[in-house]
Amino acid sequence: MLIKLTGGTVYDPASGVDGRQQDIYIQDGCIVKKPAEDIQVGKEYDLKGKVVMSGAIDMHTHIGGGKGNIARTLLPEDHRNDPVMRSDITRSGCGHAMPSTFVTGYRYAEMGYTTGFEPALLPINARQAHMEMADIPILDKGGYVMLGSDDYLLRLLTAKKDQKAINDYVAWTMQSAKAIGVKVVNPGGINAFKFNQRKLDLDEQNTHYGVTPRDILRVLATAVKEIGVPHPLHVHGCNLGVPGNMQTTLDTIQGIGGLPMHLTHIQFHSYGTEGDFKFSSGAAQIAEAINKNKNITIDVGQVLFGQTVTASGDSMRQHANHKHASPNKWVTMDIECDAGCGVVPFKYKDQNFVNALQWAIGLETFLLVDDPWRIFLTTDHPNGAPFTCYPHLIRLLMDRSFRNEVLSTIHPEAQKMTTLASIGREYTLQEIAIMTRAGAAKLIGLKDRGGLSPGNWADITVYTDNSDRQLMFEKPNYVFKDGQLVVVDGKVVSTKWGTTHVVKPDFDPSVEKGLKDYFDRYLTMKLGNFKISDDEITEDGRGSITVHPLKGDMA
Amino acid sequence: MTEITEVPSPFCGIGTDDLTIKVDGVALKVIENGCAVNTPAFEQSITDTSPRVNGKEVSLGVAIATAAALLKDTRLPVIGGCATDVNGMRGLLALADRCGAVVDNMNFTGARNNFLALQDSGWMNTTLAEVKNRCDLLLVVGTDLEAFAPRFFERYLWNKEAMFLDDTSHREVVYLGKAPSGDASTSPTGQKAQVFECATDGLPEVVAVLRALVKGLPIRSTSVCGILVADLLAIADKLKAAKYSVVTWAAGALAYAQAELTVQTLSEMIKDINNQNTRCSGLPLGGKEGDQTANQVCGWTTGYPARTRFSCGYPEYDPFLNDTNLILANGEADALVWVQAFNVNAVPPVTVLPTIVVGRSGMTFAKEPDVFIPVGTPGIDHAGHAYRMDNVVAIRLKKLRDSGLPSTAQVLNAIEQAL
Repeated sequence: MLIKLTGGTVYDPASGVDGRQQDIYIQDGCIVKKPAEDIQVGKEYDLKGKVVMSGAIDMHTHIGGGKGNIARTLLPEDHRNDPVMRSDITRSGCGHAMPSTFVTGYRYAEMGYTTGFEPALLPINARQAHMEMADIPILDKGGYVMLGSDDYLLRLLTAKKDQKAINDYVAWTMQSAKAIGVKVVNPGGINAFKFNQRKLDLDEQNTHYGVTPRDILRVLATAVKEIGVPHPLHVHGCNLGVPGNMQTTLDTIQGIGGLPMHLTHIQFHSYGTEGDFKFSSGAAQIAEAINKNKNITIDVGQVLFGQTVTASGDSMRQHANHKHASPNKWVTMDIECDAGCGVVPFKYKDQNFVNALQWAIGLETFLLVDDPWRIFLTTDHPNGAPFTCYPHLIRLLMDRSFRNEVLSTIHPEAQKMTTLASIGREYTLQEIAIMTRAGAAKLIGLKDRGGLSPGNWADITVYTDNSDRQLMFEKPNYVFKDGQLVVVDGKVVSTKWGTTHVVKPDFDPSVEKGLKDYFDRYLTMKLGNFKISDDEITEDGRGSITVHPLKGDMA
Repeated sequence: MTEITEVPSPFCGIGTDDLTIKVDGVALKVIENGCAVNTPAFEQSITDTSPRVNGKEVSLGVAIATAAALLKDTRLPVIGGCATDVNGMRGLLALADRCGAVVDNMNFTGARNNFLALQDSGWMNTTLAEVKNRCDLLLVVGTDLEAFAPRFFERYLWNKEAMFLDDTSHREVVYLGKAPSGDASTSPTGQKAQVFECATDGLPEVVAVLRALVKGLPIRSTSVCGILVADLLAIADKLKAAKYSVVTWAAGALAYAQAELTVQTLSEMIKDINNQNTRCSGLPLGGKEGDQTANQVCGWTTGYPARTRFSCGYPEYDPFLNDTNLILANGEADALVWVQAFNVNAVPPVTVLPTIVVGRSGMTFAKEPDVFIPVGTPGIDHAGHAYRMDNVVAIRLKKLRDSGLPSTAQVLNAIEQAL
């Protein structure tokens, strides 16, 4: 059936369309050119006066994998405050900080999101992450496989293996884990924690391997580039949450030597040590460095006030942060000579100096980074706040008077330590569309997603323009996923299953020789049983795999 | 006849995946790397292949229609057992959501000791590969580890090589509470485990004193439940001196009231040791017959572990009140669905209520259920996924033979569709 969306005001940065009235045609799940006159329109939606964007893409959200399920299990009291009833078309579940998988899909869709990427796919836990994501309806999904604290890589580095050996291992791991990107978390630090190191600076050696985070970042960023993965190395840096870590972040940017690198939840890595509380904003210096270094992209990891839970691969820093657990219960795990995790519930309070300043630092970062194609809207769900806070965050970015109103209510000392009140910038609709759609698709290398020109998949969100941007983004009029109408007036009206986005970089098959020997000697699983096969994702008839081109293929 | 190698087991909980199995028609024989738990579980023969209604053989379609009819107007059905693979649990939870059922994993009362401790204060845990490569001291609390998992020591302690230990035979093993039933814990060089026995219900006191000693608190008694305080002090000193000690227990073996407090004391003791400039981790044992699988899938689907009800239209977790046996005893339920694809001996509780059993072929009953649908076993009759004891690792189960038996998921999805 041919569907016509008539007369909407379209914001499609991918094709340079900034608020122009135009019609969109959908056929067989995709956006098509205006068809010949004699082809009948099966269904028409009058979108005059409406704002039309492609479906939003969350490029960093913890929606699948073991630590998320630990977070769920840890917090029954949080779920009890937000029970979600079953309906004729939707499953029951729970919401708030770490929603159940079905509710995750519904609530994302109800905000106009159609895709989400799990940023921390542990190779050994990737199977679980994919199984959880397979139970998230409507959304497309994908993951970045986590490397950098795995003993295999560190052994390669200690043995001074060449870059090709690293590249083969990275490509092999991406294929085994079904990933679309590579992430590193506290490079080498999760591993160092297992050797009882409690902190690891950029140039500090792992006591066993003698390798530094700087070494790890360099070889992994090089590998990602050389094997042609579009998404740059996704970096959760050293010293998360530590006052003064701004300098570590600046050194990390310098240290990568111009290679493409994405610094994630940079808010948590932008702290100075000034002021009476020895905690200050480093957002201005960080933003200046981002503006200058075009090889760097970031997402913010905005903190918003309220109860949430932090779930991270960074067992070292999460162990240190457990002192702030609220409620006071927390989990860390060392995992399979592969990685680790830490789960710590947090309650961010606007009358707590540190929390209030974290809030301001995130917003300063958003407002001081010039290029919306290199910054992405995240709360690092659920770590800074649950993803359901996005409409509120968008209002903070687009509405200066609202922002200043909130600012005037936070901890008074924090107000004195931020330049936020003096920043006049208000994000435009086009800039929001870049950050949450076109930019994200470009950054991850998604073919035929994140845009509204013919040839794209018909992931489309329609809003009613409203000067209260929170209300506007909370409740889209329509959301289409692959051309299917899934949401009307902010409520799910039908469901479907999305695809899993991956890339398949090549590797020299001989890489498995060394790996097989390593698995047999030291790990607990046979190599053949470790690799995830395509049919594990597709066999139930719901899932599918979409392979995106590598960098070399693009041309 | 074929031989299949590198077969993973869903039965032992420790993720052995090096079995070699000979397949002759539908007969299986474990010819390499079997054990007292896995071998009989794999070799269990198929008896029933057709479903029964009231004891009479019927087609699968009739059995499914009858099951759906029995469930149609129920107010509070209970789905017990919950012993299946990931897809089976998905089907089970979809059915429970539709008919407002209580979902209760058969091992939950044991696992509850862990969940209550986790949900009250948390823990610091590790996984099997870390044990294999790092553990220099293993403290086994209240559990006969080799009876639980016969190949644990061979695979994870006495492995020839470890990345971070010069000689694995130098690892120390200490048993607290229960003595081992065999010699698996004796090192390859003949070093025997240290054993400090006490009555199982003495463990709360013993563990509390051990934690106090770890924290350096003075203890006036000289013995506790038959164990010398000096011996406990020596254990505390070993834990503090070790580089990467591991404390393990089986929640189900702590069979006394409020055993969650023992798990909590152990877990808090582990945190204390990590605050004394060394590393120590917990390793809760479990993972048998899909118990971790049930809790994981229920966890992501509902937010809660697998003792959760859907009777209000949304999931409600109660680790005490949603107990199958309690609900049956109180006369609250009006139907029982029993799902057990792994173990023919784990039969449903006997009840006068309408009973539907989706069970492993070979199951026999004291009282014939209204509907019995024999299903294939994940990892034998069909591929699937199951979680190991350490919860992080899901293993990919293989299909070994063509038995024609449907999977749990197929049966439960069909019942849900028929509703």
